[in-house]
Amino acid sequence: MDNQTQNPDLHPPAAEGPSVGRPVRRLEDERLLRGGSRYVSDLIATSDALRVKILRSPHAHARILAVGATAARAMPGVVAVLTADDLAGVGALPCDWQAPGMIAVPLHPVLARDRARYVGEPIAAVAAESAHAAEDALAAIAVSYEVLLAVAEQEAAIEPGAAQLHDALPNNIGYQFRREGGDVERAFAEAEVVVRRRLTNNRVAPSPLEGRVVLSEFDPVSGRLVHHTASQLPHPHARSLGACLGLPLHKLRLVAPDIGGGFGAKLCFYAEDVICAFLSMRTGRPCAWSEGRGESFLATTHGRDHIQYAEIAASRDGRITGFRSRLLADIGAYAIGMGPGVPAINTGFSVSGPYNIPNVATEVVGVFTNRTPTGPYRGAGHPEATFLLERMVDELARELAMDPAEVRRVNFVSPSAMPHRMPTGWTLDSGDYAANLDAALELAGYRALRARQAALRAEGRFLGIGVATFSESSGVGPSIGMGSVGFRRAGHESARVVVHADGSATVFSGTMSTGQGHATSLAQVAADVLGLAPDEVEVVEGDTEAVPFGTGTFNSRSMAIGGTAVYEAARKLLDKARKIAAHKLQRRPADLTFEDGVFRPSDGLGVIPAAAHIGKKVEDKVVHAVFRRRMGMDLPPSDREAGTVTFADVAREAHLGHDLPMGMAPGLDETDFFDPVDMPSAYGTHIAVVEVDPETGQVALLRHVVVDDCGRIINPLLVEGQLHGGAAQGVGQALMEAMVHGMGGEPMVGSFEEYAMPRAADLPSFETGHTEVPTKLNPLGAKGVGEGATIGATPAVVNAVLDALAALGVTEVAMPMTPMHVWRAIERAREARGTKGGGDA
Amino acid sequence: MPDVSMTVNGRAVRGTAEGRTLLVEYLREHLHLTGTHVGCDTTQCGACVVHVDGLAVKSCTMLVLECEGSAVTTIEGLAPHGGSLHPMQAAFREHHALQCGYCTSGMVMMAVDIARRLDEPDEATIREELKGNICRCTGYHNIVTAIVAGAKAMAAERE
Repeated sequence: MDNQTQNPDLHPPAAEGPSVGRPVRRLEDERLLRGGSRYVSDLIATSDALRVKILRSPHAHARILAVGATAARAMPGVVAVLTADDLAGVGALPCDWQAPGMIAVPLHPVLARDRARYVGEPIAAVAAESAHAAEDALAAIAVSYEVLLAVAEQEAAIEPGAAQLHDALPNNIGYQFRREGGDVERAFAEAEVVVRRRLTNNRVAPSPLEGRVVLSEFDPVSGRLVHHTASQLPHPHARSLGACLGLPLHKLRLVAPDIGGGFGAKLCFYAEDVICAFLSMRTGRPCAWSEGRGESFLATTHGRDHIQYAEIAASRDGRITGFRSRLLADIGAYAIGMGPGVPAINTGFSVSGPYNIPNVATEVVGVFTNRTPTGPYRGAGHPEATFLLERMVDELARELAMDPAEVRRVNFVSPSAMPHRMPTGWTLDSGDYAANLDAALELAGYRALRARQAALRAEGRFLGIGVATFSESSGVGPSIGMGSVGFRRAGHESARVVVHADGSATVFSGTMSTGQGHATSLAQVAADVLGLAPDEVEVVEGDTEAVPFGTGTFNSRSMAIGGTAVYEAARKLLDKARKIAAHKLQRRPADLTFEDGVFRPSDGLGVIPAAAHIGKKVEDKVVHAVFRRRMGMDLPPSDREAGTVTFADVAREAHLGHDLPMGMAPGLDETDFFDPVDMPSAYGTHIAVVEVDPETGQVALLRHVVVDDCGRIINPLLVEGQLHGGAAQGVGQALMEAMVHGMGGEPMVGSFEEYAMPRAADLPSFETGHTEVPTKLNPLGAKGVGEGATIGATPAVVNAVLDALAALGVTEVAMPMTPMHVWRAIERAREARGTKGGGDA
Repeated sequence: MPDVSMTVNGRAVRGTAEGRTLLVEYLREHLHLTGTHVGCDTTQCGACVVHVDGLAVKSCTMLVLECEGSAVTTIEGLAPHGGSLHPMQAAFREHHALQCGYCTSGMVMMAVDIARRLDEPDEATIREELKGNICRCTGYHNIVTAIVAGAKAMAAERE
């Protein structure tokens, strides 16, 4: 991703259309609201598939001495039991983003053979006639373990003498990735102010409400496997499954129907996919597995989990001159999915955010521990970088007694300096950060808030105001850049647009909605090009047999990359339609306009004037209405308006082929693969307002303001939804959520009783606004929006709490800022100042 | 296996079920009413809320045998097939109160229950009332807006 092309005129933004930019209500909602969902679990409920259950390691680190499955195999209803011994020839789970310079890549086995390295690691699997029978059989599998010392945290893991997970990785260090630009040593040597901190970015569970779920159906007669799975990456996961099982891709159809949320958790390719497919191939029966919530906390990738050492250098006027950090990122027990690459690249490259910091050095240390592997979680590396940077900018503001908003303002990369190459090598393509900040300050009523804060402080109340700005390199690509940083995925996205004989259209997209509303937003893009209404366009995703090879949905890329592919394919299709129309009208294609679904000669010659035509139009309408009432269908559109051709006429002609231009193939069917030259940088400002009760440590989030810039907005309704949901997840990490492990690596969280998901009463209504600076990196002008609010919300809330507590001498509270953490920090500060109050408990 | 009979979405249903069969399992796997979902295994998330004898219950928390003789309404029974949406369903669509849709049927069934009990509750009350329903996608903002609007529409319909 180093090979930025900095051509500002690459793509002039496309014109606004009749549906793009408008709050079109979602086309998929009625089906979902009536209970017509098609999640994989719904397919399982109506199938006679064998039910699969997984036996998991209860130990964080243990040698497996023996697995006894004989008794389980003999139990009623049990059809097959799998242990590692049954999987000869089955490949390990792939790691598709290895950090540059990895010494060795310890892959996750499908089933553990000799050693288990985290609680929840699959040891054996049962397929039975019912879920109950499979569960009963799990209890009959006898595993003898020799428990080993475990490492449960990254700083302990790299200590000399710590237990070692993988023989090839001394000190449990997978990689040390360095990225430097400018003269950092000198910047710090000459700095007027230096602030240093150690921060932690807590481990969290993505927790889509639908867990992972698989239904695999092998047909022994044809040798074909149809594999249904909740995947954000249908094509890449088909490739992974084929590679593990030695199954060629023309015999493998992967289907991802409705998906109940992803947030990164469904980007990884997991053992249960291989297990169900293998069991189906072995038994000749469909095999299904649904993840229990308790399993999800153990066996689905977690997010974040950094220990961060940071130093910021600045001059007295607030200008940041250097930023140096060392990040210990917990990879967990194995390198799986995108795990190692996310912290190295996404965090390592983006630490300078929206600021013009000339000297930057980052070292990311990827550490293996006896915990569930980590992977991308909404923002994937950007939230970690933004938290780090925004905390440090606030610490700098406090040190200099400057307003935190002003420190940000003086350091922003200015619009005239765009595109701006960061010292790490990534590029900020476009944006007006100061305008965005100002919009947020105004929406929040920032000045009045500060006055209110001062007034309340006089009353002994602790209001906190937290500001955070961020930028995110969204819409990942290009393919060549991904290859250069070890990311074994394509950076392009596919779209195929087919117009049917009646003029309606189907869009096939390689993206995969997990709730973002692609059925509506991608339909809008195609509809505007083709002169259709959005509900005349059906969007098909998540079927490797129907959709051309595509990459999938992550890094907020669906609209910027996938939407552009739809746009380009639709434009190609319109070009062909225009040629057919021109042929019918005996004009040159360039001489036709296309508006409201009608091709007309731009000079108006040969068109019957509208006034003379009104009678015919009315007559047409009446005839259509009567016909529709009687037959329940519309008459085929007719070109009664002489001298013009409708899009539907062209569609009919394209399919009949009676009168096409010489040499033209019939049909309206175009495919595009869009591979961007760089990643558009989305950005935004968050302002959180909290009140902290110093006696209980309780934090009340009173207000949360988000002003986002995702470039051209395709559907403001959906963008708002992404901001709300994204912010809620960011707030959750700041205040509530944590995957907690004991000293021995044992998880202390196994259900929503222990994992504090934000609930309605924990959150305020969000106050949102937008600035709209389109990117020139794609013709839609669209940047990413799915992750931005998560990235900005966490540091804004944390900064607000610390702003409230500064008056009490508190300088640090670890996330999540639960009442216990906050109260302890207040007590520690009181003790340090010798003013311990009465709050003993 | 014991017999069980009840009314589901206005239709008389009779069958047999293992004693440990949950209502939600019965609805989904025996009756193939898959609009009701399962999001956890500890009665925390509320994706499985249905109405039993007019009250919202989490169908993962009742055994089907407990529902002997009861009238059960699921999301599929809220609006007539082919007819227009229930006002609460329509409000969820209008206000973009669903994203992935997985929690949605439980949310809508809970919302209808809230509106029936409390008429036209304010936003703070609605947020408290939703304490048994988790949504990971929407941040609840639009769900709360939709319930305010849906409750209002339901009240207007009653008048």
